[in-house]
Amino acid sequence: MNLTHLTLLEQAVFVLAALVLFLSFSLLAQARLLAGIHIFAWQGGVLALATGLIAATSDEPHLFISAALTFGLKALTIPWMLHRLVRRLELERHADPLQHPALVMMAGAALVIFSYWVVAPIEQLELAGIRNILSISLAVVLLGLLIMVTRRQAVTQVIGFMSMENGLFLAAVAATQGMPLVVELGIAFDVLVAAVLFGVFFLHISESIDSLNVDRLNRLSTREDDGV
Amino acid sequence: MTALLITVFAPLTGALILPLVRSLRLAGWLNLGFCATSLAGSVWLALQIMDAGELTGNGFHIDAFNIYLVVLTAFVGLTTAIFSRPYMTHICREGRVSARRMRLYHSMFQGFMFTMLLALTTNNLGVLWVAVEGATLATVLLVSLYRTPESVEAAWKYFILCGVGIALALFGTVLVYFAAQQALTDSSEGLRWTTLYAEAGRLHPMVMAIAFVFLLVGYGTKVGLVPLHHWLPDAHSEGPTPISALLSGLLLNVALYAVVRFKMLVDGALAATDKAAIAGHLMMGFGLLSFLVAGLFLYRQRDIKRMFGYSSIEHMGLMTFAFGLGGPLATFAGLLHMLVHSLTKSAIFITVGHATHIAGTQSIDHIRGLIRTQPAVGWGLLLGVVAIAGFPPFGIFTSEFLLLMATMQRWPWLTMILVLGLVMAFAGLFRHLHPMVYGKIPEGQQPVTANMLPVMLHLGLVFCLGIAIPAFLARWLDQATFLISGSHLL
Repeated sequence: MNLTHLTLLEQAVFVLAALVLFLSFSLLAQARLLAGIHIFAWQGGVLALATGLIAATSDEPHLFISAALTFGLKALTIPWMLHRLVRRLELERHADPLQHPALVMMAGAALVIFSYWVVAPIEQLELAGIRNILSISLAVVLLGLLIMVTRRQAVTQVIGFMSMENGLFLAAVAATQGMPLVVELGIAFDVLVAAVLFGVFFLHISESIDSLNVDRLNRLSTREDDGV
Repeated sequence: MTALLITVFAPLTGALILPLVRSLRLAGWLNLGFCATSLAGSVWLALQIMDAGELTGNGFHIDAFNIYLVVLTAFVGLTTAIFSRPYMTHICREGRVSARRMRLYHSMFQGFMFTMLLALTTNNLGVLWVAVEGATLATVLLVSLYRTPESVEAAWKYFILCGVGIALALFGTVLVYFAAQQALTDSSEGLRWTTLYAEAGRLHPMVMAIAFVFLLVGYGTKVGLVPLHHWLPDAHSEGPTPISALLSGLLLNVALYAVVRFKMLVDGALAATDKAAIAGHLMMGFGLLSFLVAGLFLYRQRDIKRMFGYSSIEHMGLMTFAFGLGGPLATFAGLLHMLVHSLTKSAIFITVGHATHIAGTQSIDHIRGLIRTQPAVGWGLLLGVVAIAGFPPFGIFTSEFLLLMATMQRWPWLTMILVLGLVMAFAGLFRHLHPMVYGKIPEGQQPVTANMLPVMLHLGLVFCLGIAIPAFLARWLDQATFLISGSHLL
């Protein structure tokens, strides 16, 4: 693939996609809850900007709507809701450090390589640029998964979940110029409802186990182990 | 089209109106009424389809494959609503749920029905995804309705696991859309299932194969395939019993329906390549693993609803295996199994609801002597388990027998594993069933008011399907078999 053949705007989209991936890595490494929420907001903002640029390069006017939607939802509303919850549950100073940071970062890098390997067979389509973005978005999805697996805090798990959603959105926008509008609206609605429900759950969990450490949600698994 | 709109949008109206209804009595009856309206609409729709064959337009698509599932979904919804009305009133009187939360319950019950029917009838693969995700969102607060630490844990697990799964399914959907855009001239049609099905041969095979892996893992999480099944027994055991009946009877079916719809596209795209059967083989592997693992887990369960949750995993595994095997005989068996399993399993969960009410606990060790305390409930549980274990003359025997025959023709050595799994599951279920039904009655155990009409209806239907399949249903199943596997059985 020859990057210089692309227009400046298209190159900018690549840079922004790379930035999204970078922010995923900083989410993975970030121990403090509030800083994590801020990084997540930045990721949403970069994503919205990339969507806006793609909307400007292609003649798909509905992409402007999804760009605005992404910005409103991922960069403002959801981070604000999480922020409010963290303050309400008095977790501002709370940190959720990684157990083996070096190992986790290596795993993250391995996931990126894996994503490129998965997407590699699409080679013959002569769409090297799209292939790149598909690999990056798959990597963002898998990194989100890794964040959820390595963290114990319910809030960080939700951030991981939402950053997975960011990766999916990047794939949809960059590879296919966005899904049809009705689908896009449906997805945005689902994400919003999910965010509200997560908030409700934080309150329930902290009520029932007096903390948001989901490792302590283990009554059902111990019950299973007791059975003979 | 009117019939279709009534079927799908009656529950949505219900979901919007029911939060405003303060009286619990009225809400229970309204809940039932909306389900009945939806069922009436679906029967009307079925009559139209019987004449027309299929119906496409306004973003909906009804053919032989989904019409019987639409009627089934509306029917199980109605019978569960009949059971839920007195049962939830009792729960509310016990003080386990507040009146406000009952309003949430009824609204989300209808919301869940809406998402299920929308997922089945839509012609747009993106809307299908939105609806299946919507079903998770509608049920997650129902699983934690009792607000016990266990139920909150179960709901959190359900939310996170299904959320991650469904996110992967969205990635698969994006890839399918991407493949469609490369192949089709009008890219706005790229998520329309009928267009994709007609043009499946032109879709990029490699992209579709990668997409299918994501779709199978994603929707497979909702089907409850091992190793992504951990949410299922928890959600079934901790949620209110009517919700367990709906999850097992409807949600798992709809998720499997989504997988099969995508498999039809992928098979079409890969037909000309040397990896034509890769989608089928993946499904066979996942299905067989789920079937065996769940069968083994049946033994060690102590909670009656958990046990039947594992039994659902086992049967979903069997169906996934059947669709993966392909060919007319196995596909027909899979379609029939979807129908009879859903009817039987929801009947069992309704009976279990009454049984736990009698015994005052969900622990298998403490449920004893049902048949002497209350013969109707005892016999209901006994017959339900006999049916689910695959005894003749019930319909599950028919579908499992057809599947075994199909396996014998194509993969003879797998028949041994299947038979072994069936025997294992049978032994696991009966080990627990016998003392629950016949054991000594604990002191002071009293019969309760139980409405066994839904159970009798369901088991009666499963019995009839085991004896003879009515001509119109056989024609639908055969037509669906043709759509999925490419050739007729009958």
